[in-house]
Amino acid sequence: MSNEQDNTQNKQRIDRYRRKLLGGSAALAGAAALGSGVFFTSIARAKPDAEPASSEVRWGFLIDTNKCVDNCDKCVTACNDEFNLTGFGRPETDAQWIRTVTLRDKKTGHTTRLPLMCQHCAYPPCVDVCPTGASFKRPDGIVLVDKHICIGCRYCMMACPYKARSFVHETIENQKEYGPRGKGTVESCTLCVHRVDKDRIPACAEACPEKAILFGNMNDAGSEIAQRMASEASTEIRGDLRLNLGVRYQGI
Amino acid sequence: MKPVTFREITGNSKGYYMLLALLGLTVAAGLGSAWYMEHNGHWVTGMNNQIVWGMPHVFAVFLIVAASGALNVASMSSVFNKTPYKPLAPLSGLMAITLLAGGLMILVLDLGRPDRLIVAMTTYNFKSIFAWNMILYNGFFLIVGIYLWTMMQRNLNKYSKTAGFFAFLWRLALTTGTGSIFGFIVARQYYDAAIMAPMFIVMSFAFGLALFLIFLLATYQWTGRELGGYLVNRLQKLLGLFVASVLLFVVIFHLTNLYATQHHDVEDFILAGDNIYSGLFWVGYILLGTIFPLIICYAPAFRAAIGWTAAAAILVIAGGLSQMYIIIIGGQAFPMDLFPGKEVSSSFFDGVVVTYSPTAPEVMLGLGGVALAFAATLFAVKILRFLPLSLADAKVDPHHSAQGQ
Repeated sequence: MSNEQDNTQNKQRIDRYRRKLLGGSAALAGAAALGSGVFFTSIARAKPDAEPASSEVRWGFLIDTNKCVDNCDKCVTACNDEFNLTGFGRPETDAQWIRTVTLRDKKTGHTTRLPLMCQHCAYPPCVDVCPTGASFKRPDGIVLVDKHICIGCRYCMMACPYKARSFVHETIENQKEYGPRGKGTVESCTLCVHRVDKDRIPACAEACPEKAILFGNMNDAGSEIAQRMASEASTEIRGDLRLNLGVRYQGI
Repeated sequence: MKPVTFREITGNSKGYYMLLALLGLTVAAGLGSAWYMEHNGHWVTGMNNQIVWGMPHVFAVFLIVAASGALNVASMSSVFNKTPYKPLAPLSGLMAITLLAGGLMILVLDLGRPDRLIVAMTTYNFKSIFAWNMILYNGFFLIVGIYLWTMMQRNLNKYSKTAGFFAFLWRLALTTGTGSIFGFIVARQYYDAAIMAPMFIVMSFAFGLALFLIFLLATYQWTGRELGGYLVNRLQKLLGLFVASVLLFVVIFHLTNLYATQHHDVEDFILAGDNIYSGLFWVGYILLGTIFPLIICYAPAFRAAIGWTAAAAILVIAGGLSQMYIIIIGGQAFPMDLFPGKEVSSSFFDGVVVTYSPTAPEVMLGLGGVALAFAATLFAVKILRFLPLSLADAKVDPHHSAQGQ
């Protein structure tokens, strides 16, 4: 990819300039390879390992529910595989980081399906209420739980308007090294931060056969997500709460 | 009024030790339950990813609210100069501390990681109401401890009014913080109401006095110490006033919700649903916890009757626990309105009323906290002079001698 060359050439330059350049080249590459898997990995250009997350980036999803196919749960399966979220056959207590939700309009009967996960709010209620600061938001908008200082009080679960969080109700085995989990702590979608930081896109977006889940930097005017958000209608779930979500939906 | 003499209770009867042993066993069962929950994980409780706070929280919040309310009798004497309550002030302060300790024991042991308590005490997010509450709870122990000290050490008595005033302000802040845990949650239909904070304050008056009365009446009955009708009658009236005040707040809370169409669903669920919450509201809270106690507290037939006053207190506690169950469990059981106007379904129980069946360990943990509070109080009144030798009318009624009786 031309991104790699750009990266080398611009290593010494300041972040802002570099990011614009990368975004621009990514968009060019995207235009050339529209519709291909290559495009979806290149758009997720993030940052070198040693560099802290930047507030100039706002990672997010644009989800087109019109593309969401009945009975398809590939995004859910991909997430479960990515983090080894194997259940214990107890739906009430098993963790779900992403779920498919079916909506039926009470008046018209029209149904819609959509994947629902942590909405990575700019003003996350879970972060507000967390007594220890275990719930936190990275500068690039990704909301995470610091498993080292989560005391398992579940106040974030009370406060989350999206029911996006799960409490680990039993002993966990076979964890992934990039996705530590622990009995007695709270967890949720990490926006696959381990992938994003390595310039890859989240597992759910990658797995979606219909490309219904578009991942990208919402702050980068050249990115596809920003351009589509600018040109097509999209909405936030419970936008009345003014939480400025990192996930926007189309078709609801 | 003659000077009041404080004395430890003898506490060497078979009954005393049996009661202490029973309470101790309950505490042990609570601790064992907490270990069982921690060891296996919370799936062994009725709590889950939908009902994240369960029975332990019902007991814990009830006790924490009651703790600040238990201090009310002392505040009446120190802050509001109601001298008849002065002999009861030390017990009031003691129960404020023990009830809070019981409540916190439950809350801490229900944490997913109770071993990380030190993290909770040292790493604060100051925007979190929980973090404020940790400061408020610890401060409450300290301030009420100092207040008790000024009351019980004669040469410090002159400071007790000041200490009592600060303790009063602190207890108001504490209950405001507890109510705001729910009041500030915008996500859920049944919470997100500023009235929660003052409602919790008046609830604390009622619950705290009720628990205080149970201990006071039982202790004076079992130790054979005199408890005059004057004080019993005053406490009865006070309890009635508090119960009526809570009712006022509950009515305002529901009327406000009923006025707004968007809240009709949740009000219908709580007040008229085919579920335990509506039953608890009308039978547990309104009938048993409010109407019956009001009759007992104000009807002349029950005036100053110790047994009936205890019954009223027990009913207020039953009503209070019902209220807590409705707020904490009912508020979570009602589905969150993520998509207004849409029927919602998913594998994660979206759009459905979730059921909650508490299991024995979580109930035992709750009872363990209650037992800890009473065991600590029972032990403290044996080793320190918290209780007056006599609360006969001649000792506490300022008009007693003037009436020539």
